Amino acid sequence: MLQPRSIQSSLGIRDKILSIDYILVFSILVLGIVSMFAMYSTDGGQFKYHTNSHILRFFVFFGMFFVVSFISVRFWHETSYIFYVGVFILLLGVKYFGLTSSGSKRWLDLYFMNLQPSELMKIGLILFLAKYYHRISIDGVNSFRYLLLPITVLIAPVILVATQPDLGTSILIAAGGVIVAWLAGVRAKFFTISGIAMLALLPIAISFLKPYQKSRILTFLNPERDPLGAGYQIIQSKIAIGSGGLFGKGFLNGSQSYLDYLPEKHTDFIFTLFSEEFGFFGSLFILILYAIIISRIVKIGNITRSNFGKLYCYSFATAFFLYVVVNMMMVLGLLPIVGSPLPIMSYGGSSMMAIMFGLGIVMSCKIYKDVPVN
Amino acid sequence: MLSPGSGNTVIKSKLISRRMFLITAAKAVIMVGLVGRLISLQINQATKYKSLSDKNRFREWKLAPERGAIKDFFNTEIASSEPLYQLHLVPENAKDLDNLFVRLKAILNITDKKVSYLKRVIKKQKPWEPVIVSENLDWSDFSRINLFLHELEGVEPIVSVARTYPDNSSAHILGYVSQISAKDLKTKEYLKELAVPGMAIGKTGLERKLDEQIIGKVGYQRYEVNAFGKRIREIKIDEGQAGKSFKTTLDYEVQKFTNELLKDKAAAVCVMDVYNGDIVSLVSSPTFEPNEFVHGLDKAYWNSLITNDKKPLANKALSGLYPPGSTIKTLVALSALENKIIRPLDTFRCKGKIELYGEKFHCWEKDGHGIVNLRKGIQRSCDVYFYEVARKLGVDRLSDTAKRFGLGKKVLSDFIEERSGVVPNTKWKKKFIGQNWYLGETLHSGIGQGYFQSTPLQLCLMTAQIANGGFKIKPRIVFDEKNDNLRNYLKHKNENPNEPLPTDLLVSNFNLEPLFKNQEHINLIKDAMFSSSNEPGGTSYMHRLENPKYTFAGKTGSSQIKRFTEAQREAEVKQESLPYKDRDHALFVAFAPYKNPQYAISVLVEHGGSGGKAAAPIAKKVIKKVLERHELRRSINNQIGEPV
Repeated sequence: MLQPRSIQSSLGIRDKILSIDYILVFSILVLGIVSMFAMYSTDGGQFKYHTNSHILRFFVFFGMFFVVSFISVRFWHETSYIFYVGVFILLLGVKYFGLTSSGSKRWLDLYFMNLQPSELMKIGLILFLAKYYHRISIDGVNSFRYLLLPITVLIAPVILVATQPDLGTSILIAAGGVIVAWLAGVRAKFFTISGIAMLALLPIAISFLKPYQKSRILTFLNPERDPLGAGYQIIQSKIAIGSGGLFGKGFLNGSQSYLDYLPEKHTDFIFTLFSEEFGFFGSLFILILYAIIISRIVKIGNITRSNFGKLYCYSFATAFFLYVVVNMMMVLGLLPIVGSPLPIMSYGGSSMMAIMFGLGIVMSCKIYKDVPVN
Repeated sequence: MLSPGSGNTVIKSKLISRRMFLITAAKAVIMVGLVGRLISLQINQATKYKSLSDKNRFREWKLAPERGAIKDFFNTEIASSEPLYQLHLVPENAKDLDNLFVRLKAILNITDKKVSYLKRVIKKQKPWEPVIVSENLDWSDFSRINLFLHELEGVEPIVSVARTYPDNSSAHILGYVSQISAKDLKTKEYLKELAVPGMAIGKTGLERKLDEQIIGKVGYQRYEVNAFGKRIREIKIDEGQAGKSFKTTLDYEVQKFTNELLKDKAAAVCVMDVYNGDIVSLVSSPTFEPNEFVHGLDKAYWNSLITNDKKPLANKALSGLYPPGSTIKTLVALSALENKIIRPLDTFRCKGKIELYGEKFHCWEKDGHGIVNLRKGIQRSCDVYFYEVARKLGVDRLSDTAKRFGLGKKVLSDFIEERSGVVPNTKWKKKFIGQNWYLGETLHSGIGQGYFQSTPLQLCLMTAQIANGGFKIKPRIVFDEKNDNLRNYLKHKNENPNEPLPTDLLVSNFNLEPLFKNQEHINLIKDAMFSSSNEPGGTSYMHRLENPKYTFAGKTGSSQIKRFTEAQREAEVKQESLPYKDRDHALFVAFAPYKNPQYAISVLVEHGGSGGKAAAPIAKKVIKKVLERHELRRSINNQIGEPV
């Protein structure tokens, strides 16, 4: 048992490069390139602001992904709490110094970019809880003493983000935390009880919703309620995807997006645009790419020795899956429009940074799979 | 790693994996669900969504087709389409709107008021929607704009088509066109397919009657549009189809001549070919300017039209109802002859008035006409003679004859403005007034007063059917095919004096319908009308044409507006000294040439006084003009339909 440990701690750069999961890296790269084509199409077939900046971001954060990968998972384990606290302070900063855009305060102006800390919090909370549950013995997990802190670190950022207001992101942050707790062994009974409590609190929560959020939910339930107003996005998105048919309308020929019928086509509705231009087979291709990425992350979770690594990889894989599924269900008209980006595909620096950072830690778990974290 | 925690770690690791397995299973289910949704949208419902997407993408703009022309008998266009030069402005293409308006004001004559109006419109609509700066530019302005076009960014010269009329001489019979109204869309079935915003449709006259065929087929431009409605590119264009052109029986030269003659009078003239019913001229006065209606009417002009006492918008020849007055005496006499009530040489004594049923009935000649027979009765228009005839004839038999000759019903079809008038009889009065007929009313009817109401066109038809020897004709204004049955019949009769066939069989061979029992009676009336116009003592003797080529036979009439009081009668008040509104309407009907009738005419002058003084001189001039053009007209007619 000592032998591998000494070897692992002195991993050479060559060993590190060799132990990278190339299938995962390759899938990320393919997805990144696909996203560049999609972005090029949203710019009407030109290299304009969105395309250029998306390409730049992808490669910058893809580079960051490797840097994060090559740093030992032990370091990420040790800095988990600090990372969480840092992001939480940024979230508080948003509350007081944030930039307001279309009615919600989500961004911090960092001069070289506008940072959306809520995106980083998606990773921060998973990291925090993964470390927390890594330490606790299996018997302690369900004791009240050890439930208090997880609930606090989960609720606090969720409330901050929900009041920005950004309902979609806050739900996804919460989902990430819940997944870690579930994987760590928190009893199903606990989730059931809190689920019932949530339902009981729902009417109160609804009274806190902004009118536009209420209307989004009502619109989801019946998009034809207001076809030119709130239901417009869902209807036009379904038309775009449906009209793509089996093979799509062809690259740069998506009339729905080209003629501006599609809202938010750079960000939340990027899948719609792709699906319109490349049809059912294009959509399936994207789904398969995401499935490969998720299954590779799970696989890394399987082989990593530490429970921190396992908890983190499994949780991140599941959260990543949720980001993809929520976005797709949204544009396919299966969920209300809550505003959540599609990982890697959507335009947006903070989301790209958070996902690449999260993937970097996954890769670090792979490279340092045999390194115990404490 | 052998610490007490290590066993715990393994258990924990197994728990994590077990729970992850559950999550993975859930993920697989959700993934399948997503693929299912994609299949449903992109495969099962692809057709539906493709058509929805196309519905988004394409927008069609209809193009107003060119209206067919209306031509006169000699193929002169009396209603045509002309290129219309308009100036549109697309605000989003203009760099500096204020500067542009300053430039435009310098080049065209645009008022400040118009500029501020345009600026308001621009503010209200989308920046790529054009505003019409000028609806109707003349050629010189249009070419000047084109010259300066390079410095007028945002301005688009547009060439379109619009209705145009050479002048206002035929305004009433042609009618006018103007913008489709909401009511038109509701009531006219054919417009449902055709309606193009801003398209002009026929509102009255021939323009309305022929509208459905003359309007043409609407074209369209299909554009790809973006979500905000902006046109991105043209996909398809269909020019549509110009409307059908129509040839009429009108003579534009006569129209112009007559219109000039009637200027400033409230009057109407109809001229008809007595053999085929072709309406050569139909003019109502005062006229209006039909071109003014095409591009939205000027309010001041509209007000001047509707406040004018002489009612320029009414087509008096078709919709003006006037008592026929003494012109009806031809039919009273004819009816009495046909019904064997009188013989031509039966006489009555006219002492200026008769008293019957406790009422005094006056002759227009205060001193009376003395001994009067039928010919003299018509020649002098003796009222007393016709009181006596009417009394013996009775109103019902008179009404039969009047109806047979075309009074009391519409002469043409599909002219909404045409009215049918009234031919009274006992049944009519019972039905519409609810009272029994008084014998005194028969006497009034005998001189064309009382309930009698007729249009100038009806009187023209009546005269034409007397002139042609008593055959029914079907008046027409749209020329469809040569119609020479009656002429051919007469020619045949002249060339075959010993025709073995009985007359009625021959008549039906030529597809004719005689209106008489004995044609000799018709000839008697025609002869009496001749004497009225051409023999001393005749009521229109003053205005005869002596050249036998032009000689006409006519009958004067005046329709009473107000009955004379006994005092006025005693004072011999002249019509000219009465207030304009109280003067009688002057009427005159005639046919010419007497020897070989070709045309019938009716003239009405509202408040003109007596027919002999006011209406006959007009008829004389029009008859001469029409007959001068007769040879030309016949030659055109003979060319039509001949094998080449």
